[in-house]
Amino acid sequence: MAKKLISVKVNGRTQEKAVEPRTLLIHFLREELSLTGAHIGCETSHCGACTVDIDGQSVKSCTHLAVQCDGSEVLTVEGLANAGVLHAVQEGFYKEHGLQCGFCTPGMLMRAYRFLQENPNPSEAEIRAGMAGNLCRCTGYQNIVKAVQYAAAKLQQNEKVAA
Amino acid sequence: MIPPAFDYHAPRTVDEAIALLGSLGSDAKLLAGGHSLLPMMKLRFAQPAHLIDINRIPELRGIREEGNEVVIGAMTVENELIASPLLQAKVPLLADAPKQIADPQVRNRGTIGGDIAHGDPGNDHPAISLALDATFDLQGPQGKRSVKAADFFLGTYTTALAEDEIMVAIRVPAFAPGTGWAYEKLKRKTGDWATAGAAVVLRLSGGSVSHVRIALTNLAPMAIRVPAAEAALLGQPLSAASIAAAAQAAQTAADPAEDLRGDIAYKTAMAGQMVKRAIQAAAARCS
Ligand SMILES: Cc1cc2nc3c(=O)[nH]c(=O)nc-3n(C[C@H](O)[C@H](O)[C@H](O)COP(=O)(O)OP(=O)(O)OC[C@H]3O[C@@H](n4cnc5c(N)ncnc54)[C@H](O)[C@@H]3O)c2cc1C
Repeated sequence: MAKKLISVKVNGRTQEKAVEPRTLLIHFLREELSLTGAHIGCETSHCGACTVDIDGQSVKSCTHLAVQCDGSEVLTVEGLANAGVLHAVQEGFYKEHGLQCGFCTPGMLMRAYRFLQENPNPSEAEIRAGMAGNLCRCTGYQNIVKAVQYAAAKLQQNEKVAA
Repeated sequence: MIPPAFDYHAPRTVDEAIALLGSLGSDAKLLAGGHSLLPMMKLRFAQPAHLIDINRIPELRGIREEGNEVVIGAMTVENELIASPLLQAKVPLLADAPKQIADPQVRNRGTIGGDIAHGDPGNDHPAISLALDATFDLQGPQGKRSVKAADFFLGTYTTALAEDEIMVAIRVPAFAPGTGWAYEKLKRKTGDWATAGAAVVLRLSGGSVSHVRIALTNLAPMAIRVPAAEAALLGQPLSAASIAAAAQAAQTAADPAEDLRGDIAYKTAMAGQMVKRAIQAAAARCS
C-alpha cells in the first residue's frame, strides 16, 4: 500500500509528509505532528473529541483520512491562542467553568470556534444543537452553554471595538 | 478503530472514477463523505483494497434548477442542503429534514448521494426521496441511466446501483404552490438513527387530499413507500378517521427489526404515530 506525499497547512505551518492512505487524520495530528490536544473518545464517530477545523468547517478527524487533507488548511486547539493571548472560546470555557477533566475540551473549543462564526448570536437552543456532535462526561453541558455565550459576547464586543 | 490497509485514488472526473471502478473491480469502493464507509472499515466490517475518493470531482457538487426540477449533485453535503435558498423555496422538505440527520460535524462531510447509495434502512434520505418522488441519475461505463427512488431500494445495503456505477445526481420535482410536507423522526437522542420515521408530502384541493406520498424510515429492511396509507387519504377530506386509517395501513406495512431501539410491537406502533403526526404537520403547511 503505497504511501502518498501530502502537503497540509496545520496551524499556519506547511507540513509535507508521506502518509499511509489508511492513516486517520487524528492519528496523523497526534502521532506524526505531536499535536496531542485533539483526543479520541470513541470509534463510532459520535463523541467529537477529535474535532478540528478543516478548510473552515468542523470535522471529526477520526472519520477523515490524512491523505484527504492534501492542500487543506487544518486548525487544531494548539493554534487557537494568538501570541499567547487566549481566544474568546478558551477564555469563556475558563471563566464559566466549562471543563473538568479536559478530555472533551479541545474538540468542544474547536467546534465552538467555528459555530460562533456560523452563528455569532445564538440562542441557548441553537448552542445546544450546534454543539450536539460533542459529548462531555463531566460538565452536564450547562456551563459549556454559558462558556459559549461568554465567548459570543466577547467576540461581538471585539468586533465593535475594531469597527 | 484501525482500518485495514488500502490503496487510495483521487480522480478528478466522473469518467476517471468509472474507469477506476472498472479496472479495480469489486475490491474497490467509492469514498464520499466517508461517515458510513470509514466507520465500517474501522470496525473491519468492510475491507476494500482500494478507495476511490470522489471528493475532488466538481461535477458531482452543486444544487441547481432545471425546468421544473431541482438537481442536486450526489456529493452535496447535508449542511449545504440545509443552507440552500433554492431548496428552501422549491423543496423545503429537503432543506429541513437534514437538520434531523446526525450532528453538525457529520453534516459537513456526509453527502446526500452517500446517504442514499449506502442503502441503510436507518438512513433518512431514502424515505425522504421516496416521498419526494426523486429520480437518481447513475453513470457507468455505458453512460447514464435514471432510476426512480421507488425502484432503487432493494434490501438492507442493497440498491439498484451496479458495481461500476456512480450516482451523479438526485433530481426532485419542485413543490407545487401550497404543498404541505413533514418528516417526523422518533429517536433516542440527537444524532441517532430513527426508531421510526415518516416522510409525508401532501396537497389539498377543495378540502380533499389531491396528492399524497407517504414513506417510512427504519421500519422494514429498506425504506418503503406505503400505497395503502396514501389510498386511505386520497380523494377524501382529512379527518381523524382517515388519518387513523392511514396510520393503521402504515402499521400493517411495517416490518421492523428488533434491536436496542425497541421490539417489533413498539416500532410498529411508532410507525403509526409518526405517520399520524407527519400527516397532521404536513396538512398544517398546506395552503
Ligand atoms: C454519528 C453519526 C450519526 C449519523 N446519523 C445519521 C442519521 O441520523 N441519519 C442518516 O441518514 N444518516 C446518519 N449517519 C450517516 C451519515 O449521514 C453518512 O454520511 C451517510 O449515511 C453516508 O454518506 P457518506 O457521504 O458519508 O458516504 P460514504 O460513507 O462515503 O459511503 C457510503 C456508501 O455509499 C457508497 N457511495 C457513496 N457515494 C456514492 C455515489 N455517489 N455513487 C455510488 N455509491 C456511492 C460508498 O461506496 C459506500 O458504500 C450518521 C453517521 C454518523 C457517523
